[in-house]
Amino acid sequence: MNGYQFFVDPSRCIGCKSCMQACAECDSHRGVSMIHVDFLDRANSIATAPTVCMHCETPTCAMVCPADAIKRGEDGIVRSALEPRCIACSNCVLACPFGVPTVHVELELMMKCDMCYDRTSIGLRPMCATVCPSQALTFGPADLIERQRAARPVRDFQFGHEHVRTKVWMMAPTDVRDITVDVADYMWKEQ
Amino acid sequence: MATPPLSVDRLAEVFGPHRNYEPPGGWGDAARRPDALVKTHCSFCGMQCGIQLKVRDNRVVGFEPWEAFPFNHGMLCPKGVKRYLQGAHPDRLLSCLQRTDAGFAKISYERALAETARRLTAIRDQYGPDAIAVYGGASMVTEKAYVLGKFARVALGTKHIDYNGRLCMVSAGTAYKLTFGVDRATNPWPDLATADVVLIAGSNTAECAPITTYHLWQCRERGGRLIVMDPRMTPITRNADLYLPVRPGTDLAVFLAMLHVIVGDGLVRDAFIRDRTTGFEAVRASVAEWTPARAAEISGVRPDDIVKAAHWIGETDRAMGLHARGIEHHSKGVENCLAMLNLFLATGNVGREGAGCMMITGQGNGQGGREHGQKCDQLPGMRDIRDPAARQYIASVWGVPEESLPGPGKSAVEIMEAIHRGEIKALLSMCFNPVVSLPDAAFTREALSKLEFFGIIDFFLCETAHHADIVFAGSLQEEDEGTVCSAEGRVQKINKAVDPPGDARSDALIICDLARALGRGQHFDYPGGTRDIYEELRLASRGGLADYYGITWDRIERELGVFWPCPTLDHPGTPRLFADGRFAHADGKAHMQVTEWRESGDPADATYPILLTTGRVVSHYLSGAQTRRIGPLVDQCPEPRLELHPALAATLGVADGDWLEVTTRRAALVIQAMVVRTIRPDTVFIPYHWPGQRSANRLTHRTLDPRSKIPEFKVSACRLEKVAPPLELSTWRREETGWGAPASGDQRSDLPRSDR
Ligand code: SF4
Ligand code: SF4
Ligand code: SF4
Repeated sequence: MNGYQFFVDPSRCIGCKSCMQACAECDSHRGVSMIHVDFLDRANSIATAPTVCMHCETPTCAMVCPADAIKRGEDGIVRSALEPRCIACSNCVLACPFGVPTVHVELELMMKCDMCYDRTSIGLRPMCATVCPSQALTFGPADLIERQRAARPVRDFQFGHEHVRTKVWMMAPTDVRDITVDVADYMWKEQ
Repeated sequence: MATPPLSVDRLAEVFGPHRNYEPPGGWGDAARRPDALVKTHCSFCGMQCGIQLKVRDNRVVGFEPWEAFPFNHGMLCPKGVKRYLQGAHPDRLLSCLQRTDAGFAKISYERALAETARRLTAIRDQYGPDAIAVYGGASMVTEKAYVLGKFARVALGTKHIDYNGRLCMVSAGTAYKLTFGVDRATNPWPDLATADVVLIAGSNTAECAPITTYHLWQCRERGGRLIVMDPRMTPITRNADLYLPVRPGTDLAVFLAMLHVIVGDGLVRDAFIRDRTTGFEAVRASVAEWTPARAAEISGVRPDDIVKAAHWIGETDRAMGLHARGIEHHSKGVENCLAMLNLFLATGNVGREGAGCMMITGQGNGQGGREHGQKCDQLPGMRDIRDPAARQYIASVWGVPEESLPGPGKSAVEIMEAIHRGEIKALLSMCFNPVVSLPDAAFTREALSKLEFFGIIDFFLCETAHHADIVFAGSLQEEDEGTVCSAEGRVQKINKAVDPPGDARSDALIICDLARALGRGQHFDYPGGTRDIYEELRLASRGGLADYYGITWDRIERELGVFWPCPTLDHPGTPRLFADGRFAHADGKAHMQVTEWRESGDPADATYPILLTTGRVVSHYLSGAQTRRIGPLVDQCPEPRLELHPALAATLGVADGDWLEVTTRRAALVIQAMVVRTIRPDTVFIPYHWPGQRSANRLTHRTLDPRSKIPEFKVSACRLEKVAPPLELSTWRREETGWGAPASGDQRSDLPRSDR
């Protein structure tokens, strides 16, 4: 899997939730999915989008964790909270700019996507990106994506003053270099 | 009288549907570590995705994507992901059952066979063989479909055998045979990615054939354009370049107008028409009056969008069409398909990479299940049962006199109507749940109650089985082997993962044993099991349209599927039809057909002003007999909801989540509203996977297409009224009651759950 990267293209998503159903099959979080699929506005549209952990280079969730329970490995994958350490305070839930971590109250544990560490570490692709029928979620070599897709992968996000670089790539229009999420960034500077 | 012995609620307590959430043995590592990974295919739609089932201790405990399979590369929809939960299910029938006054009692397999044979023989002796009908299904492997067709004609001698594909592919099949001479999609699926334009008409592709979206999105990445024609914006519409919001039942008008534009604006490929088709002059004349303005009046699609779509298709030599039940479930379903094919023929867009028009088969084995003899008018190899040469050949393969083979029988809905009239007295059914899937459900229940004998082969006690006298515990797809043919026309191998549990048996074996019990065992002697049935099928298909002769099981395994026709062992198979310039008719030409506009069979009027259309959701399969038992799939869509536009909702004073009564000329049902802007304001939609009070098919009607005999599921006139929520949701959810003993007087079934 050397050189394989994780790409997300919400515009391809058909809302089938195959990713969620497959994620829940994982032996490390049995029956529970670490991925979310949402209708953006069902009353007005059929558009849906998947949310997986973006695996930030400097993960906000880890920075705000008072128990030091969230670790980023050398492979760049930000792991789920460590079981004995996590105090289920939900700081990470509030801090994550992408809305990824979930605290499971009954387990008193934060759980989130670890990019199928158990699979990728033995040469298998992550479950969700393997099954996704539209390939809105894709795990593959970057040059293949470049050849096959019209959109362009981006992994720099600007949240106001905060810049976040992620391991996971988001497909964006070809003229976009980073994705700016804060209204303030679009306002006329003098105001 | 084949009425259920207990109220449906009581039956449901014992036989389900219960929801299964956990793999057998639970989530623990020990129970989940597989002894074996079995390469096979998903059973839940015509995509027939390759999948690996994890097997431990003779139970399917999970799945692993099969990335090497060339069609889906490991991709699966949620049904494929969770399909393993249907095995080792608490509702699984583990023994044969006989109806008693108190419920269903367990009986031995031998007694079930003897009793069924005795009753069928008595009815045949009294009323003649055609008083018995057989129902099959297109979700089972081709070997079972084949042997069931042979059983009806050779063991029972009845002409009445038909299958649930009658509710699925027959309009398209009829049209393709008329036009192309053969009933199969023209191109392999990856061709879609190479097209410049794809017209998708009447197909909720993303929910009903999910893997197809991969190819369509690849098409768009290359700059290809998608035209989507549907009364609803289904998920595929999110990336449509042109959306045509057609009024239900008026697709034909749009196709006719598109051809009008193609003719009028000089987009016809004259050389192609001259060399490769017949009938164009009459077709051209028939569209002369069909201006876009006239079609717009009827269909509600803008005239300029009709012109645009026609030009997109006509201006390229790489246009493809995809269609499914949306244009086929109509009393003019065949016309709709014929008119769509005419667009692609007129513009020369057939028979090349990136050019063709294709139906999307819906059922697990929708293609293979209709090719080899369980259709009332066909013999194996897609042969016409009226063709003397075909009859002679099949009779010789089967070792019976040609004159002993019955002629064409009644189609599925017609069989139910003949049962209702009392003409057909006995029914043997396998892989079909007509109580949920046939139109006008109350009529179906009435009809079934009149049967003198009803035998069923199934793995769960589906709603229809409530009426059965004898139930055989049959096999799930993973409990037997055989072949299926995917929507692409690729013949694939289903491998056995586990043995049938308890006293359940392979369906094919049950049929052969039943033939023996009827004294016709000499024609059903397959010592090598299903493989022997396949070897006979290969021979029976030889020289037919769907020629499997060159396709052996070993070749399928080695080559990961072989496309028919494949007449010899060294033939490579035929992924793309007509590439050699010849169509399948004797003259090598495509026969273009004139189509005439007519109204649908249940038109709107002042009393019933709104159009009801029905269809599927991604997490359920057909009548839901399987998927309503798989917990995670039920959670994804637990109940049907009625989709309606805010403009219509406003006239009714209805908000999202309110309750509505929907009334058609046949029945009424109460359902929760889902207010969305993604449907035409004159149309409402209900998914059809549920029985009883939630059954969309209580509302639908029995008007059939005169040629394909498909029911008109896609358009019924209705009216809507806001009502108070049902006092208790459990009352609403309750299935039909009032059958058998009164609910209060019910005794418990004599069969405790643990003893099934
Ligand atoms: S990468 Fe693995 S853990 Fe993360 S969402 Fe996908 S399936 Fe779940
Ligand atoms: S599997 Fe893919 S298409 Fe389906 S919901 Fe998930 S991301 Fe969307
Ligand atoms: S239901 Fe169809 S698309 Fe879904 S996994 Fe099964 S075969 Fe594939």
